[in-house]
Amino acid sequence: MAGYAYEPFGYSKPPGLDKNEPVHPVVIIGAGPIGLALAIDLATKGVKSVVLDDNNVVSVGSRAICWSKRTLEIFDRLGIADRMLEKGVTWKVGRLFHGDNEIYNFNLLPEDGHKFPAFINLQQYYVEQFLVERARDFPDLIDLRFLNKVINHKDTGERVSLLIETPDGAYTLEAEFVIACDGAGSPTRKRMDLAFEGQNFDEHFLIIDVELDESPFKTETAERWFWFEPTFHAGQSALLHKQPDNIYRIDLQLGFEADPAAEVSDERVLPRIKAIIGEKPFRVDWKSVYRFRCARLKEFIHNRVIFAGDSAHVVSPFGARGGNGGIQDVDNLAWKLAAVLKGDAGDGLLESYQEERSLAADENIKNSSRATNFMTPKSQIEREFRAEILNLASQHDFARKLINSGRLSVPCSLKGSSLETVSPNAVVEPGTAAMDAPLKNGANAEWLLGKTGGDFGLVSFGRKPDVAALGMPHHHIVEMCDRHKDSLGDVSGLAMKRYGRDLTYLFRPDQHVAAVFKNPSTMEIEAAKRKALGHG
Amino acid sequence: MDEESGLGLDGDDFYELLLRCHEGLSEEDSHALNTRLVLLMAEAIGDIEVLDKLLRAAKESGKSLKNNV
Repeated sequence: MAGYAYEPFGYSKPPGLDKNEPVHPVVIIGAGPIGLALAIDLATKGVKSVVLDDNNVVSVGSRAICWSKRTLEIFDRLGIADRMLEKGVTWKVGRLFHGDNEIYNFNLLPEDGHKFPAFINLQQYYVEQFLVERARDFPDLIDLRFLNKVINHKDTGERVSLLIETPDGAYTLEAEFVIACDGAGSPTRKRMDLAFEGQNFDEHFLIIDVELDESPFKTETAERWFWFEPTFHAGQSALLHKQPDNIYRIDLQLGFEADPAAEVSDERVLPRIKAIIGEKPFRVDWKSVYRFRCARLKEFIHNRVIFAGDSAHVVSPFGARGGNGGIQDVDNLAWKLAAVLKGDAGDGLLESYQEERSLAADENIKNSSRATNFMTPKSQIEREFRAEILNLASQHDFARKLINSGRLSVPCSLKGSSLETVSPNAVVEPGTAAMDAPLKNGANAEWLLGKTGGDFGLVSFGRKPDVAALGMPHHHIVEMCDRHKDSLGDVSGLAMKRYGRDLTYLFRPDQHVAAVFKNPSTMEIEAAKRKALGHG
Repeated sequence: MDEESGLGLDGDDFYELLLRCHEGLSEEDSHALNTRLVLLMAEAIGDIEVLDKLLRAAKESGKSLKNNV
C-alpha cells in the first residue's frame, strides 16, 4: 500500500525575468483541472496561453472524485477521456439506506447507446496528471509555468499586467485576457475585493480516503452508497464511494459542535473507519474536516479578468457539481474566447458566458444547497419532516423521491440564451447539450458526439437539405437500410429516436444545440450561426 | 399510494417551499401551521375517500415506526 507517487513538475526560469515578453493573448491563473482543461481547449482552437501555478505538484489528496458523463464527453474532445475511463471506476447506481435498511436506489443512466457512463470516480491527482501530460502535446501553444505565483495584477482597460514571483525573482507579464482558475479561495478574487455571497453551512464533515484490499461494498460493481442515521455512525449521515487503486472515499457528517482539529486526529478517525470496515488492514490516504458553503460571484467577467470554476462559484460536494460545473464553464468559455481573439465574435458573445454559466451556477447551487439542507436539518420541525419522509419511504414511492442525498450533476439547459435561434420544430431544444447515439460509418462504429464539437457543425437526421458549402462539417445520418457512402447509419435507431426525423441541427463548438431546422436555406443556417456567435 | 408520484419532478421545489414557510417559527407555531396546512390541503383534495385513505396511510406509517423502535 504505497499510494500515489507525487512527481514534482519541472520549473524553468521564465523568459520575462531577462527581457520583456510580448503581450500574451491569454494567461490562465491556476493549473488545476479547470485551468489545464481551458488551456487545452484553447490550444485545440489554435489559441496560445500561459498557465501560471504557485505550486509544482498535482492536487494533494483525491479532492474531486466524481466525473460526470458530460465532463467525460468534454474531456473526449480534449483527448483524455479514454485514459480517464481506463483508470477510473465506472458507476451508475446509487443506493440510499436508513439505518441498515436500503430504502431506495436510482440508476443514473438506465439506457444504452452512450459512449460514456453516467459517472466515473477518479482522484483529482490523476485527472491533473493526465491533463498536464495532454497539455505537453501542445508545446507551441501551451506554456506551463509552475512555481510562478501571481502576487498582483492590474487591468489597464485594453490588457492586464501581472506581477509574478518565481524562485529566480519577480517579473511582469502582459495579457489580453486573464482567466482566474485559482480555486475556491481565489487570490485573484480577493485581490479585487469582489463579494462572494451565498449560504454557509455550520455542519462539519469528515472526508477520509482509505486504501483497503477488500471492498466494503456488498455488491460486485461499484456504486454510490448513502446512509441516513447508519448504525455505525449514529444520528448522522455517511457516504461511500470507490476510487481506483482500492481507495474508498468515506464522507461522515460530524454535526455542528465538532472540533475540526480533534476530529482529524488518528484517535478519532481510526475508530470511525473500523466501525465501517471492521478489523481489516487499511491505510489512510487522505483526510480532512470540512464545512461547506454555496456561494458565487455575481459577475464572472470583470472587463479583462474572467473567473471560471470554483473561483466563480462553490457548492457543497453532494451532487458532484463543483468540478463538473467548472469543466462546463471551460466548455462554454473556450470557444467564445477563441472567437473573440480571432475577431469572429459579435459584441454579445463573451457576455453570454456570464448569462449561460450564471444560469448553471444557480442551478448547481440550488441543488447542492437543498441536499445539504436535507442532511443538516436546522430546527426541530425540519428534523421531524425529514424523519417522517424517511419513515414513509419504507412504503411510499413519493417519499423515497423526496429523500435528498444529492441530485447528481447533469448538464444545465441553456434554454432562453441570447445565442439560440427559436426552433419550433425542435425535438432536442436549443440550449441543450447534445445527446450521444451510436452510428455506423461503413464497418466502423462511431458516436454522434464524436461528429460534433470543436467548431460549429451541422447534422441532418433523415432528409438532408440542399444547402451550399457553409464552411462547416455537415453530417448526414440515415436509417441503416438507406445508408450510402456519404452518410452515417443510425445503427440502433437511437439517433432519430433522440433527435427526431428529417430535422437538421446546428451544434455550437461546445456541442450545445444552437438551432433546429425542418428544411433550411443556406441563409437561415448562416443567420443562426451568426446569432450563436453573438451578432445580435 | 405507490402509484406515479403526484409531485413528479417538483418534489424538491415543494420541500424547499415547505421548509421556508416554517423558517423562524417556534415549535408551537410550526405545529399550528402544519395543522392549518392539513385543513387547507383537505379542502383542496376535496374527496372524502382519498382523505380517508391518506389518514389511514399516515397512521399506518407511524405505527410501523413505533414497532421498529
